[in-house]
Amino acid sequence: MAGQTPWQTTGPFFHFGFCWKGGADLTGDSALGSRPDLTAPGHDVLAEPGTTNRRLVKGERIEIVGQMFDNTGAPFTDALIEIWQANAAGRYACPEDNRAEIPLDENFIGFGRAATDKQGAYRFRTIRPGRVPGPGNTLQAPHIAFGLVGPGILKRLLTRIYFADAPENDEDPILALVPAARRSSLIATREPGAADIYRFDIRLGGPQETVLFDI
Amino acid sequence: MKPFAPEEKAAQPPSLFPDFRSSVTRAPASAPLKIPQTLTETTGPAGNGIWERLMGGNATDLTKQYKGEPLGERIIVSGRVLDENTRPVPNTMVELVQANPSGRYAHNYDQHDAPLDPNFTGVGRCITDAEGRYRFITLKPAAYPWANGPNTWRPAHIHFSIAGPAFATRLVTQMYFPGDPLFPLDAIACAVPEWARDRIVCRFDLETTMPYWALSYLFDFVLRGRDATPMEN
Ligand SMILES: [Fe+3]
Repeated sequence: MAGQTPWQTTGPFFHFGFCWKGGADLTGDSALGSRPDLTAPGHDVLAEPGTTNRRLVKGERIEIVGQMFDNTGAPFTDALIEIWQANAAGRYACPEDNRAEIPLDENFIGFGRAATDKQGAYRFRTIRPGRVPGPGNTLQAPHIAFGLVGPGILKRLLTRIYFADAPENDEDPILALVPAARRSSLIATREPGAADIYRFDIRLGGPQETVLFDI
Repeated sequence: MKPFAPEEKAAQPPSLFPDFRSSVTRAPASAPLKIPQTLTETTGPAGNGIWERLMGGNATDLTKQYKGEPLGERIIVSGRVLDENTRPVPNTMVELVQANPSGRYAHNYDQHDAPLDPNFTGVGRCITDAEGRYRFITLKPAAYPWANGPNTWRPAHIHFSIAGPAFATRLVTQMYFPGDPLFPLDAIACAVPEWARDRIVCRFDLETTMPYWALSYLFDFVLRGRDATPMEN
């Protein structure tokens, strides 16, 4: 047995390395996710995107937008947000998910990264995930796992987002573990007037504090 | 399917460590809620070729990213990504971000009065091989001041991000160098309990040092392993 390596904070200077071109755009060929505005001129060396053809991804296109706030309610201006999700059919792009009866999407991996800006805002373009199994014989509601790191965070914080218009939320085995009064902190709501944009704000304190998970 | 073994919480920094000032407002107010690991947590971007498709290929020699040679002490940093049962973690992404040998990041927010080097950025990527090995050629970063107190300096360090086989095994950490006088004074390193603090310090190795070329430092990343008992589904 070897001891697990301890976590350390990202510090404030990760953007020129950990944010890659297209990292926050899982369904298109934009550069969303990279931060050339924070990279010293002439030092954008990791700009080349991968070879996945993201425009051909199957599923309902959505955007997830939101703001992150620290425990005093101030915008968290330099967080790095990572997402992990299943494809539209409900399969993860990972050998561990070996359910051959559910198709993989060769153009969709389901992992993304976005850094928050001076207002604490972030944005992902992705697809609405399908349902995946939960403990026992349960089926989980569509959800996306969120990992939060950044300066001042010593060890990653974990949460999930669910979708306000999903009736499956009522039978989700993980949401059922969350005290009823706090469940709304995990539910993204449609932006008024924009059918495909969901808002998910993340609060590290206050009455609307986002529920975080220990896995 | 087996869940991942519990985090070794005693060896991890707490969320709130008041000596590290920015953790005071950025630690979550409430404790996290324990949930069982589901397929969401036991999967992650893993498998042959997935990281190349996602981000592009390796960038392991940080001294060859520009036409000219960067200035500073060339070093080799290598090792393995393992789980706590010392099984190798192949095909996983190891990302590196660091300051240059003057103690300056290629980042627009870095205000330290030290020069940038047009031939060095301080970013690298290495996808581990079948034995979980990674290897970078880089320059030794320098200490730099930070605003945690009136005269506080970060020990020389390299930031690393390791994906691991699952969302549950993710690790972001910093690697320090042996014998650094700033290490015992550093509020970020000292957030790790003293008995586990040597786990974030690399080891100088003469064996893999390349004569007349570069010193070698070894560092293994140890991620959560598989639990012994299967999940209930
Ligand atoms: Fe640093």
